Amino acid sequence: MDFLTIIQLLDSTVRLATPLLLACLAGLFSERAGIFDIGLEGKMLIAAFFSAAVAAVTGNVWLGLLAGIGSSLVLAALHGVASITFRGNQLISGVAINFLAAGMTVLIAQDWFQQGGRTPSLIGGGRFTPFDLPFAESLSGVPVLGPIYSELLSGHSILVYIAFLAVPATWWVLFRTRFGLRLRAVGENPAAVDTAGVSVVGLRYGAVLICGLLCGIAGAYLATALQAGFVKDMTAGRGFIALAALIFAKWRPWHAMGACLLFGLLQAIALRFQNIELGGITIPVQAMDALPYVLTVVILAGFVGKAIPPRAGGEPYVKER
Amino acid sequence: MDKMPKWADVVLIPLISLILAALLSALVILGIGEDPVAAVKLMVDGALGSTYGWGYTLYYATNFMFTGLAVAIAAHAGLFNIGGEGQAMLGGLGVALVCLLIPWPHWTLALVFAALGAGLFGAAWAAIPAYLQAKRGSHIVITTIMFNFIAAAVLNYVLVNLLRPEGSMDPATERFPEAVHLPSLHELLAPIGIEFSKSAPANVSLLVAVGACLFVWLLIWRTPLGYEIRSLGKSEPGARYAGISSVRTIMIAMLISGALAGMMAVNNVMGEAERLVLNATEGAGFIGIAVALMGRNHPFGVFLAAILFGFLYQGGAELALWTSIPRELIVVIQALVILFTGALDNMVRMPLERIFLAMRKGQN
Repeated sequence: MDFLTIIQLLDSTVRLATPLLLACLAGLFSERAGIFDIGLEGKMLIAAFFSAAVAAVTGNVWLGLLAGIGSSLVLAALHGVASITFRGNQLISGVAINFLAAGMTVLIAQDWFQQGGRTPSLIGGGRFTPFDLPFAESLSGVPVLGPIYSELLSGHSILVYIAFLAVPATWWVLFRTRFGLRLRAVGENPAAVDTAGVSVVGLRYGAVLICGLLCGIAGAYLATALQAGFVKDMTAGRGFIALAALIFAKWRPWHAMGACLLFGLLQAIALRFQNIELGGITIPVQAMDALPYVLTVVILAGFVGKAIPPRAGGEPYVKER
Repeated sequence: MDKMPKWADVVLIPLISLILAALLSALVILGIGEDPVAAVKLMVDGALGSTYGWGYTLYYATNFMFTGLAVAIAAHAGLFNIGGEGQAMLGGLGVALVCLLIPWPHWTLALVFAALGAGLFGAAWAAIPAYLQAKRGSHIVITTIMFNFIAAAVLNYVLVNLLRPEGSMDPATERFPEAVHLPSLHELLAPIGIEFSKSAPANVSLLVAVGACLFVWLLIWRTPLGYEIRSLGKSEPGARYAGISSVRTIMIAMLISGALAGMMAVNNVMGEAERLVLNATEGAGFIGIAVALMGRNHPFGVFLAAILFGFLYQGGAELALWTSIPRELIVVIQALVILFTGALDNMVRMPLERIFLAMRKGQN
């Protein structure tokens, strides 16, 4: 493998890790506040559809992004109503949201565009274009560092940079602000937060809506930047890989970035090479597909450093018993 | 004192949830410019109007009975088995191996061992998440989701690299031998003079599914093991205090659950396709969640809910054939049923409880 192949592989790792990272940070906010969310997949999917649909109709990708975020927020609010207000089972609510998105996107896509559940291909202003970092062109001639800067770091869509900037932002919000402290507290011991006179319901709705916002950006990235348009079930399990990455990272932002880059790399390798020859042994492509899930199970099993979720996760908060 | 009579909990709440889901689905159909009344008529005609329609409805219902029971029995132990899909996939592998590797003299013998193979593979696939939950406290929902994806990868590998006949491009096994062909309802009913459609896929596994419903009912409400499972589901500290081993009970409940999900393969792999293809389960593992919620985790409820979903599935296929409504409408209905009977249960329950309380006060 030569240097340029490695650069290309890492470049596609960054692209593939971006939606995972956004969804993973989305889940981080929700689960740190004590609301389990296995509906990341559904929220990404509906955002992917509405962003592509609005971008296709208006020709403006920014309007598409807004529509995607809006639709994802609607599903996030539904999750909030079911799991916070009506104290329903958060896991079942997540399952319902995934199916709702899978069905509705195809139904509406067929009604609006009659193309078998897809949107028209996005052209021109309907897509996020590559965003060049300063001096990318002129520095590309520099050996080693030049290609790394101009090929690997520069030339992604603006959403990629937003995703990676969201990592320190998430860290700062969760660990350096009053809101973050309360949000983490509500995921560990909501009764204590309630006693301090802070609204448990309000905080949890806040967290769930931030989760919706980030899932919305993730979905929009899939349909308007990574690919040009929506196709049926285009999230293809990414919401669950993000969930796996979240557990792998033990609910911490910087580790989440590491986990998403690792899983992105696995996807990039599986995409580029079919079967890999390693010293006489052939690793089948399916093993690469399954690896993120296997790693997560191993981490969950606690054989390699135990993953302990926020203590109040999954339990509805009842003020008085 | 209960806030509500039992019949309200068992019948009224699921019924109201179902009506809410149906009303919203009607709105969705209106929204895409079709007529909901005509759609329902078409669905009823297509799914129940002929023995051909019934044959498909019952075929789907058979799948959903197995996966619904799998979710239900885990739910009795307080576990949410979302891995029915993966367990059913592995069950398919078990059926395929049994049917392909051993020359069976007669389908009855093959059926027994295929069901055993399917159950064994399904149970094995549930065993690791069960063990991790019981011993290491790893959340079973997350591990079973992960195992669904791992199952898909395993099946893909086995079909592409190991079981695919030489020269075939299709990632599927070769056809099972003629001797393991399961009699369809047509072949079963013809000798007693009942005409049933020849081309519908419903087959003898329907009887196996009904038997499984009966078995689960007996197990849950008529055996000590069932009592232990229910105790654990109600309260783990309570069960532990009564001397019930939570590790043992979790393992057994999940193994039975996985075996039931796996046994679905007798219907779809052995009864219908007669070979193992990729994505043979077609999401039936997930529909089991809706079926179990709708049927209130009771085997008879699961039986009825499975037939309801079988009807929706066949009706939905007819809709997709004759109107511009895509099949995905069924996925939306399924989502709404899960939402209302599962996550938004309290939204229906709380006002009802208030009404019943007010009525009781009026009587005293």
